[in-house]
Amino acid sequence: MKRVMTYEESTHMWGKIWVWGIGTLLLMFPLAICIVFDAWPPITGLLKGLWAILPMYWAVGTIEVLTYVPMLGAGGSYLGFITGSLTMLKVPCAVNAFDKADVKAGTEEGEAVATIAIAVSSMVTLAIILVGVLLITPLTPILDSPVLEPAFDQLLPALFGGLGVALIAKNVKLAIVPIASMLILFIAVPQLASSGAMFVPVAAAISILAARFMYKRGWL
Amino acid sequence: MEFSVNSPVLFVFVAVILLFVVAQCVFFLLRAWKRALALGLDKRKLWRVVRSSAIFTIVPAISIFIGVIALSKKLGLPLPWLRLSVIGAITYETPAAEAAAKGVGTSIGDTATLLTAPQYSAIAWVMTLGIMAGVILTPLICKKLLTGVDKFKKRDTKWGEILMSALFMGMISAFLGMIFGDVHEGLSGWIPVFVMLCSAAIMLVLAVFIKLLKQKWLEDYALPISMVGAMALAIPITNAVNAVVGGLV
Repeated sequence: MKRVMTYEESTHMWGKIWVWGIGTLLLMFPLAICIVFDAWPPITGLLKGLWAILPMYWAVGTIEVLTYVPMLGAGGSYLGFITGSLTMLKVPCAVNAFDKADVKAGTEEGEAVATIAIAVSSMVTLAIILVGVLLITPLTPILDSPVLEPAFDQLLPALFGGLGVALIAKNVKLAIVPIASMLILFIAVPQLASSGAMFVPVAAAISILAARFMYKRGWL
Repeated sequence: MEFSVNSPVLFVFVAVILLFVVAQCVFFLLRAWKRALALGLDKRKLWRVVRSSAIFTIVPAISIFIGVIALSKKLGLPLPWLRLSVIGAITYETPAAEAAAKGVGTSIGDTATLLTAPQYSAIAWVMTLGIMAGVILTPLICKKLLTGVDKFKKRDTKWGEILMSALFMGMISAFLGMIFGDVHEGLSGWIPVFVMLCSAAIMLVLAVFIKLLKQKWLEDYALPISMVGAMALAIPITNAVNAVVGGLV
């Protein structure tokens, strides 16, 4: 008799189909430009551009997969890695959703809630960008004005201040060592801040080691 | 066909791809919704998740659209619309576009010169290939990674929960640390820190309203309010810091 797939197994199967399917469609976009406009890219220019970003972006991409997949679970990851903006939007959105639904990350309930939050967030983002594209002429002078520039320049500090309080309040003991280490690191070697995403796994490793130490001693 | 960065055919390509992305969102949303109900989660809680996720998304989505505006001056609308709607993030796409533009002898800032079709094609390839790591890797390792984490957690449930919390704490620590990355530049380098502290302070005030004054309805809005409030305060903070720095020069 044919075995029925579990929810997790079917999530992985559908996830592969959707992610690789949309990934292929994305590659079709530049290919279509080449064919429709007979505009093949100059090889040296293309290689120069790729060389400038590929090593760094693929390293960060790999780190994001290793860090965010355990946090978001299968459904949230297959969706989040297609719709993007993980750090500034999808992961904080999932963290917020865990709190609202009173579930924990890494559980079956957490996986379902993270998927719902990321799906809603992605659709709202797509809708807002669509409205913006349709109304770009009247909106540009407002959103692109120098008066508002400092506000949008500070989106990440404004996000992580509030989110940090919410997370730290629940785990004060867990927060001390990783936050102190990262503050010391980035203040002492400020040039590292520009590639800060690379330090997420370092901070995660420090955080986990410190947590293990405290757990073994019964401090948690 | 004659090339233009805003050619109607490019809008059609982007619209088709985005329709598939919306379909993926709906597909996963419906599955997760059914799954959540089957696991015994209350429908009201799930609607709360929907509401708070939608509200939380508005401001970051507007800032993503500002990224579209910035890139559209050189690249036209379709390419930035696609790149910032699927996989991309502002922090990746702008430097990727600049690196690609430099590679073909132009610059994103040079809006006076029109892109040629081969230049545009090269930029589109670089921006697309640059963000493919997650697309290729996630389906390859997601299952193995989650199975490994799950086995590890089952050995010791309490430690498993602490491990997940520690992972989140690591992420937030790295980003909080980065906010201090410019403090060596003097007072203007402290602007992100001041904004972060404002956001934290607003969140603490809201926590008082929620916990002590029992204003439970604020829970869904606490994160968006702290974020928007701190962003609004970033304007006078930046102006004040610039005035002080200008006065010192």
